[in-house]
Amino acid sequence: MNLILFTFIVLLGFTSYYFGRKKAYTIQSTKKRLTALPQFYGYYLAIWCAIPAFIIFSLWAIFEPTIVKLLILSDYSNQGYLDDELNLLYEKSKALSRGQFTGEITPFIEASAEKYLSLRSIAQSSKVVIVLSAIIASVAYAYKRISSNSRTREPVEKFLNAVLFTASLAAILTTVGIVFSLIFQTIDFFKVIPLFDFVFGTHWYPAKAFVRDSSEALDPTMYSDTFGAVPIFAGTFFIAFIAMCVAIPIGLMSGIYLAEYASTKVRQYAKPLIEILAGIPTVVYGFFAALTVGPFLKELGTSMGLEVSAESALAAGGVMGIMIIPFISSLSDDVITSVPQSLRDGSYAMGATKSETIKRVIFPAALPGIVGSILLGVSRAIGETMIVVMASGLAANLTLNPLESTSTITAQIVVILIGDQAFGDPKTQAAFALGMSLFLVTLCLNIVALRVVKKYREKYE
Amino acid sequence: MIKIKAKDVDVFYGKKQALFNITLDIEENQVTALIGPSGCGKSTFLRCLNRMNDVIDICSVKGEILINDFNINDKSCDVVRLREKIGMVFQKPNPFPKTLYENVSYGPTIHGMAQSKQEMDEIVETSLKKAALWEEVKDRLHEPGTGLSGGQQQRLCIARAISVRPEVILMDEPCSALDPIATAQIEELIDELKKEHTIIIVTHSMAQAARVSQNTGFFHLGQLIEHGSTDKIFKNPDNKKTQDYITGRFG
Repeated sequence: MNLILFTFIVLLGFTSYYFGRKKAYTIQSTKKRLTALPQFYGYYLAIWCAIPAFIIFSLWAIFEPTIVKLLILSDYSNQGYLDDELNLLYEKSKALSRGQFTGEITPFIEASAEKYLSLRSIAQSSKVVIVLSAIIASVAYAYKRISSNSRTREPVEKFLNAVLFTASLAAILTTVGIVFSLIFQTIDFFKVIPLFDFVFGTHWYPAKAFVRDSSEALDPTMYSDTFGAVPIFAGTFFIAFIAMCVAIPIGLMSGIYLAEYASTKVRQYAKPLIEILAGIPTVVYGFFAALTVGPFLKELGTSMGLEVSAESALAAGGVMGIMIIPFISSLSDDVITSVPQSLRDGSYAMGATKSETIKRVIFPAALPGIVGSILLGVSRAIGETMIVVMASGLAANLTLNPLESTSTITAQIVVILIGDQAFGDPKTQAAFALGMSLFLVTLCLNIVALRVVKKYREKYE
Repeated sequence: MIKIKAKDVDVFYGKKQALFNITLDIEENQVTALIGPSGCGKSTFLRCLNRMNDVIDICSVKGEILINDFNINDKSCDVVRLREKIGMVFQKPNPFPKTLYENVSYGPTIHGMAQSKQEMDEIVETSLKKAALWEEVKDRLHEPGTGLSGGQQQRLCIARAISVRPEVILMDEPCSALDPIATAQIEELIDELKKEHTIIIVTHSMAQAARVSQNTGFFHLGQLIEHGSTDKIFKNPDNKKTQDYITGRFG
């Protein structure tokens, strides 16, 4: 029903566009000069069609359910029901009206269900009538107002401005919303687990906090020594460090090769090929790390008399580094290519060789962009989940030995949230606390990145 | 005395020939101006003299260019040494994104000319003095070179070029991005520099060529139409095309 109405409104919009333009043409044919191109008159009318429809639709969506509920529950007033029971009654009658109710059907509920259905259909048909009449009235009003000197360009431009603003607002609001949803759960978590234990505790063992029977009272002492985040923060930075040790040198060197040494033809083929690496799903990297690299390292280590775990930080970090190479190489290639040719010429003309020119002139000039690409790589490394889950194990060991297994923040969030989970349980809330910390870490990293880039930019431009 | 002898130089960009049979002698310690309409090949010829055309993949140079009687197009020529001897100043000032000091010390560092910090300081100071920039910048040697005005940047580039004491300085329209006052300063500087260096300058401004040069070569469509003393070229050219160009009838 809504879909039909919506289609109809869209059709109305097109029709009003057509009529608006047609009227403009008619005015034009009387040799009067219009203040805008005829299309603008069309858009103007279409906007007059869209705005009332949008307003009424949103008002309806906000108020209809509340009003229907009030009307139904008014039957039960003065009968001494509690709020919770009333809500339950309402939900039951709603379910019955949809034919999804399986419990015992009382006459009361049946009556309510029927009332619900009839209210809904009244609401629906009155919506259709109101929307359509509002549209027709507003379009007719606007149509009458169109004359040779009516201003249509400004309102159309303003409308576009508003639409674009709403789009960017949506992105910002989503971020704010996510942060808020994290904040409240995080606060709840820290009500049970002291912040100090979380930040400085060295034991992370969430399996100890089995999903609690919700009838039991919450006993904070049973969580002591369970949620100490030091090992997983250490693991996160350690694996990211290993990854960057692989990605920065290889990525930078291949970026420099592509930008300065490769012939146009080589570059044309090599660049897309390297970028394919970025298109491989991380889960594929994950089993590459777990099934190929991990066992290979173990064998290699054993043959050298080292003790290597099959799931090691080295395997996960190394493969993660390979995953990040294309980000760094491709971005630094772009940055280096955009260094002006005049600087290269200046350096060559002084008798500098290619490598001297790169080291002394091009690299410093491209540094802000290169730092940016590296920090982008670091945030990828910190946020990467799948490879760690698959290749580095899930036990949060506090270790700096790359041959042992260790775990990261993201991997632990996965561990916590797969399987059974209960809301309001510290174990579940721990995931939110971790998510929040991860968010803060990446935020700080981004701020530092911006600062660094800005500092060098001031120095070099 | 002849410093540079170009013999039958042809230049190709891919299949397109840009220069045809250029034969030209350049006098030592004089200023030689290369003039001609846009796209006539004068900059291309200039870039042949320090093998800067090597940087362009599709460019190939044929013929002999003798500097101090040594053919620089020969395989045995060391481009690094060649460019040490032949400095270049470009159309648009292109200081490196480094400090003033690092800009001037760039060449001496690459060629290992200074044994100590003191020696390097001296080189930087003399180069900046010769480029008539020292008084303006001596208090901010460690600020970025890109912070200077256009004219100062160009003089910085000249200081950078002369820091390695080249025998020849090539200038590719060095004043085209500058205002009249900065242009006058650079022209004065060129007059000063010719005592120690041989200078070849490409310019669009005939007035500039007349003011600064002793010899002039006129290029047209990739050919050297006429060359000789600036006085003769401007007052009494042999070729009709030269006359037309000088008097502003085309170009």
